[in-house]
Amino acid sequence: MFALETHVILALIIPLLGAVGIAIASAAPNIRETVTLVTSVLLCLNVFSILPGVMNGVEPVVVLVQLMPEIGLTLKVEPLGMTFAAVASSLWIINSIYSIGYMRGNNEPRQTGFYVCFAIAIAATMGVAFSANLLTLFVFYEVLTLSTYPLVTHKKNAEALKGGRIYLGILIGTSIGLFLPAIIWTWTLAGTVDFVKGGILDGHASAGVTGVLLFLFMYGIGKAALMPIHRWLPAAMVAPTPVSALLHAVAVVKAGVFAVLKVVIYIFGIDFLSQTGASEWLTWVAAYTLIAASVVALTKDNLKARLAYSTISQLAYVVLGASMATSMAVAGGALQIVMHAFGKITLFFCAGAIYTAVHKTEISDMRGLGRQMPLTFIAFLIGALSIIGLPPLGGSWSKFYLMLGAAEADEIYLMIVLLVSSLLNIAYLLPIVARGFFYPPLGQSDEPTPVGYEKSDFSWRNIQEAPLFCVLPPVLTAITCVILFFLADPIMRLIEPILTP
Amino acid sequence: MISLSSQFPILVALAPLMAAPFCALFRGNTLPWAMTTIISAFSFYVSLSLLFSVVASGPISYELGGWAPPWGIEYVVDPLSGFMLVLISGISTGVLLFARDSITKEVPAHQLGLFFAAYLLSLTGMLGICITGDAFNIFVFLEIMSLSSYALIAMGERTDRRALTAAFQYLIIGTVGATFYLTGVGLIYMMTGTLNIADIASRFPEIEGTRPILAGVGFIIVGICIKLALFPMHVWLPNSYTYAPNIITAFFAGTATKVSVYLLIRFIFTVFGPNYSFAGLGLTDVLMPLAILGFLSMSAVAIFQTNLKRLLAYSSVAQLGYMVLGIALASEAGLTASVVHIFNHAVVKTGLFLSVGCMFYVVGSTYLKDLQGVGRRMPLTTFGFALGGLGLIGVPLTPGFISKWYLVVAVLEKGSYFGYALVAALMVSSLLAVIYIWRVVEVAYFRPPPEGTETQEAPLSLLIPTWIFILGSFYFGIETSFNVGFAKTIASFLMGGA
Repeated sequence: MFALETHVILALIIPLLGAVGIAIASAAPNIRETVTLVTSVLLCLNVFSILPGVMNGVEPVVVLVQLMPEIGLTLKVEPLGMTFAAVASSLWIINSIYSIGYMRGNNEPRQTGFYVCFAIAIAATMGVAFSANLLTLFVFYEVLTLSTYPLVTHKKNAEALKGGRIYLGILIGTSIGLFLPAIIWTWTLAGTVDFVKGGILDGHASAGVTGVLLFLFMYGIGKAALMPIHRWLPAAMVAPTPVSALLHAVAVVKAGVFAVLKVVIYIFGIDFLSQTGASEWLTWVAAYTLIAASVVALTKDNLKARLAYSTISQLAYVVLGASMATSMAVAGGALQIVMHAFGKITLFFCAGAIYTAVHKTEISDMRGLGRQMPLTFIAFLIGALSIIGLPPLGGSWSKFYLMLGAAEADEIYLMIVLLVSSLLNIAYLLPIVARGFFYPPLGQSDEPTPVGYEKSDFSWRNIQEAPLFCVLPPVLTAITCVILFFLADPIMRLIEPILTP
Repeated sequence: MISLSSQFPILVALAPLMAAPFCALFRGNTLPWAMTTIISAFSFYVSLSLLFSVVASGPISYELGGWAPPWGIEYVVDPLSGFMLVLISGISTGVLLFARDSITKEVPAHQLGLFFAAYLLSLTGMLGICITGDAFNIFVFLEIMSLSSYALIAMGERTDRRALTAAFQYLIIGTVGATFYLTGVGLIYMMTGTLNIADIASRFPEIEGTRPILAGVGFIIVGICIKLALFPMHVWLPNSYTYAPNIITAFFAGTATKVSVYLLIRFIFTVFGPNYSFAGLGLTDVLMPLAILGFLSMSAVAIFQTNLKRLLAYSSVAQLGYMVLGIALASEAGLTASVVHIFNHAVVKTGLFLSVGCMFYVVGSTYLKDLQGVGRRMPLTTFGFALGGLGLIGVPLTPGFISKWYLVVAVLEKGSYFGYALVAALMVSSLLAVIYIWRVVEVAYFRPPPEGTETQEAPLSLLIPTWIFILGSFYFGIETSFNVGFAKTIASFLMGGA
């Protein structure tokens, strides 16, 4: 409709205007929610209208404002950012439907503020996705942190306050304490902080400096939740579930790993990194996080906490992919951003649907709930299988490419790590579904039946799902997980240009 | 014909000076305030036009009374002094917009005339220091500014009697500082036979190795640092800022210490010359440790304050540490960072103190325990405070971020391991700022407001000026061509001119 550049700016402006509209319509909840939905649909259409151009290799650049004489706030659409923006904007529509169901179903207070902050957070996510240099990335990264703080502390009780402290403390602490110095250091070394294919540090930094810089970047980007700075993510789970679903399974954490990929690909450069070997330690830290977070997830009885640790583990896949510095592994990391988003948001939607329907948060209380909420639990199963990485679900591709990457790098141990991790995923995700369907509900017991005379536990009378707006979204995202399996080829074609130098 | 604009260099300081006695004669709530505001706005206008003409056609020299320097007093407007004039008169005018409703709550009506007279004198002093090109004249203006500020701070006594001891403490310490300065100027006059700054600077290389000059320089630097509240000579500042009337705190936070930073820059770079100051005298070794200790310890101390004004005052001392650090780096990049931060911090801190002023207007106290739940009682004011706080932390899109960027670039330019450690120290200090700001945010938003209080915003006459500063700070954090552009010009002017 417009020039590509206009669409890029619109990706920021649409959600911000939406936020204004939501605030104005504060008194009329139905209009307010309509504004949210319309905004999210518009944003999604807008983002996808950029896609064909990017597929054809066009990279539109827009200078928003000249922040300093030397560096401007600049947007540039490249394949990786395009992918991230497409995922986030399409999930925002589904999540908005879900938010309406969840917030109304649970009679949450201060809903206007909730939707406003949400829209601002999405705008910041778009900014992160389309950032053309480190400074722009950092600016929107911080806006994202600050705009999600009110969402995390939405309940305003002591627990929310504590969670908010950890959230802000770690995210602001790492970003100001490590990320920013790393950016400025890069600036003084290379004289630029633009994202350039092949990296900008080659020839400007010694191997030692590269190692230190990589450390600063990886731990400065706290949103990637590399251990031991992962604590903010479980802490953020005090937020209402729609926030956990879109922001802490998709937008915020993906902004983190997305930033990691961008830094590795466009600042260090894959080749430069593999030459210096500076990223070897990162591989092991990521591998450790991968396994350790999965083990911790096993011990969590609170469903959202278990999902949070699962997210930490799954994020480490992306970092692992980046750290191996081979093109296949990086492709796996990039695919993981997409695939995990749809899988994990399904799981969170289900967790919220369960909470809305029966107000249960602990896994041990969820026995037999599958008989009562079959749709929710089937969606959960599909999401879980996608995260585990079984075909025919989208998640299998990212694991496949990571395996290829590990093989390409001759890292037998890493292949074992990936294998063990998949087994752990099964161990902490599938029992939830199994208990839901096969165990009798809490406080009841099934009569012993002789072999061959089993009856179905399913009956229409027992069904008591959450409101439609809460059930529909996980079903949709679960279906998308299946569809994504068949979409791997176009996605790969989109991100291919960044892998070949 | 002599046009009015050729007299601008003198008018900028003369207007408030002449208006002050009239102001003291006025009675009532409105008249003294209106006159002060008009005069201040006039100075602002004059400052702006001076700055523009400096940009267009180079530094302006004005001979007071037609006596040619070095015999007569010379007023000089160069990029740095023009920039400072605009900053000071601008902040003053903005604060005065806020003053009308705020001050009537804190100062009895019959004292308002005197109050605004003292305000004008204080403004005269600050503007005069920046514009004069004469070392002794600087002392005169310094005393005008200081004496009137003692009075202004003491006028906070109706709210809290401790304002009197705070003013007295400032009086003692401030006088010591001014005396040090005067002694130093005397020694330099003895050696050079001149008081004109440009003249001293031109003769300085011949006598710079001598002992009296060494002593003189020492006296001047220490004197200025006392006035600047450089750690550990800062003790007067938290007290004065805490107990002074709110608009005075806002005004001084944006201007008074900045004037001292200006003096430090002026003497180090224009009079002594960077070569002598840093290579010869090794000022870096003196200023840098104090600056670092200052911003680290004062940020930490700010965390534990129970009074919001005091908290911000300690934060001011810490921020002054950043400015002095920029100077101590002895590089063009460092000086740029320092000048940028003078401007940025002035805008941010004034906005913050004004929002605290709004809170005081409604709540009647600035103690954190009385401000519980103020986020719900005064949503607009508190949101403004939170945004200002982000500027103090240095979150991107705020001016604090721009300052920090330039400061860290300047530090990294040094390269050595010491530089890296210094970056770490700067980051620690920013994180301490997160803590002290967030303490306030939590008290304001997460504690329930006291029983029986309702939502009651400050009147628009207070809110609008506050938000002008808050939004202005974001403007200067995003569109930086004014502050960064001038800082770069100033730095290259001062370094190149040496």
